[in-house]
Amino acid sequence: MKRLVILGAGTAGTIMANLLRRRLLRSEWAITIIDRDNDHYYQPGFLFIPFGFYKRADIVKPRSKFLPRGVEFIVSEVDRIDPAANEVVFQDGSRIAYDYLIVATGADIVPSETPGMLDGWRDTIHDFYTPDGAEALAEKLKAFPGGRIVIHVNETPIKCPVAPLEFAFFCDWCLRRHHRRDKIDLVYVTPLPGAFTKPVASKALGKLLEEKRIEMVTDFNAERIDAAARRIVGYDGREVPYDLLVTVPTNMGSEMIERSGLGNEFRFLPTEPNTLRSKKHERIFAIGDATDLPTSKAGSVAHFQAEILAENVVRAIEGRPLEPAFDGHSNCFVEAGKGKAILIDFNYDVEPLPGRFPIPVLGPMPLLKPSRINHWGKLAFRWIYWHVLLPGRPIPFVPSRMRMAGKRRPAEESGGGAK
Amino acid sequence: MAQKQYGTATVEVDAEGFMADFLQWTRDVAAAIAKEEGIAELTAAHWKVIDYIHKEFKENGQVPSIRKLNKSGVISTKELYDLFPGGPAKKAAKISGMKKPEGCV
Repeated sequence: MKRLVILGAGTAGTIMANLLRRRLLRSEWAITIIDRDNDHYYQPGFLFIPFGFYKRADIVKPRSKFLPRGVEFIVSEVDRIDPAANEVVFQDGSRIAYDYLIVATGADIVPSETPGMLDGWRDTIHDFYTPDGAEALAEKLKAFPGGRIVIHVNETPIKCPVAPLEFAFFCDWCLRRHHRRDKIDLVYVTPLPGAFTKPVASKALGKLLEEKRIEMVTDFNAERIDAAARRIVGYDGREVPYDLLVTVPTNMGSEMIERSGLGNEFRFLPTEPNTLRSKKHERIFAIGDATDLPTSKAGSVAHFQAEILAENVVRAIEGRPLEPAFDGHSNCFVEAGKGKAILIDFNYDVEPLPGRFPIPVLGPMPLLKPSRINHWGKLAFRWIYWHVLLPGRPIPFVPSRMRMAGKRRPAEESGGGAK
Repeated sequence: MAQKQYGTATVEVDAEGFMADFLQWTRDVAAAIAKEEGIAELTAAHWKVIDYIHKEFKENGQVPSIRKLNKSGVISTKELYDLFPGGPAKKAAKISGMKKPEGCV
């Protein structure tokens, strides 16, 4: 009996378990998936908790519920991968051998990477990238008397790169509804030169920040945080004062990757961008946030990668050449407040552009423009996530590879830089 | 694609002045780009960074991140900001003749 091991039963790992169980003969291949706990969080839901739209119970289910029959689920801490022996080593020293390994261990926030950040942690410095952080922030916002809320991105890349923008838009919207907006200044601090990495979307999203009177501080790299004086200190000497700091700390891959000696400086696994195989080890593949690929760290990316990776694992097993089909396709709904959302769709080479999605001209969803239907799309996505995405079923009209049909490039902006 | 004259050398550059063809890069071109970026003279410390960027690019096909420069022990992030004031990642890449670093999305 041969064995495929998947590390991580999050979005990417769960989809892979479902897809590959259908493709690999049960009489020949055992599939084992390993995670440290049995709580599967719908991560896009974290954003909604600080504003009281969701509670924790609305976004968590047992991981085991989404794994198919015929897949062994082990809840245990993994110490490291031993690629020379083709084995995974658990923290108690026991080992499990693999013929092929899929690394789907994701990314997490690491506030300790920024000096001073932990001094004010969950006091005047909060996050919304963890369930505990999102809940603590909900309490904090309820009791916040007024002042300066700074929304801060510490370092790129981060998971769901638009989430901090959405947080800013939601903040503005909620404060307005409660007639408290005049008492509170909103500031958006980013290491990027604009609201987003790619020029056309950066312009559209930057304009939205301006309309909502959210001050933007760009090209800002935090050297440290002076929690006692409540200010972020930049490497270039600039300082940003805050009363409440909502930060997205540096995101890094699993410590297990580092212990295995397989990671880059962010503990992400160097991965071939089109085949999703490890750059160093033939029997190791990677998917989702755990890779070092220059596309978004987002559930949609894991979904688009999954079908291609399943095909490539089967090809590797059969000794055929891999299909270099992954194009960096990413797709996300950006909540803009006031019951509207923006939809963006892009890949390694083509930045987010205006147009219609998923069907050219008809849509029904407009790209790069706030609309109600996109907001409904985002809300409906929670159901789609559990019932269509995790089981590895195709989403109608949305192929793994990006399509240009239905998109147009604004003539005056083409070739321009991120401003 | 625009062209730019640095001394006697003509190089291809993109809209933001990043070199399109690394084969056209020379140490003199680097010094000229540095001047444009407000760095009067490239010191030994600057060259240590530039050489490391080239080494990384040869080995991995990528411009190293600030975090990697820091972690590799080549230079601390604080010193890097002192050497390339403003935006060290972009400035160092530009002077080294690299394409604009992909801001990860």
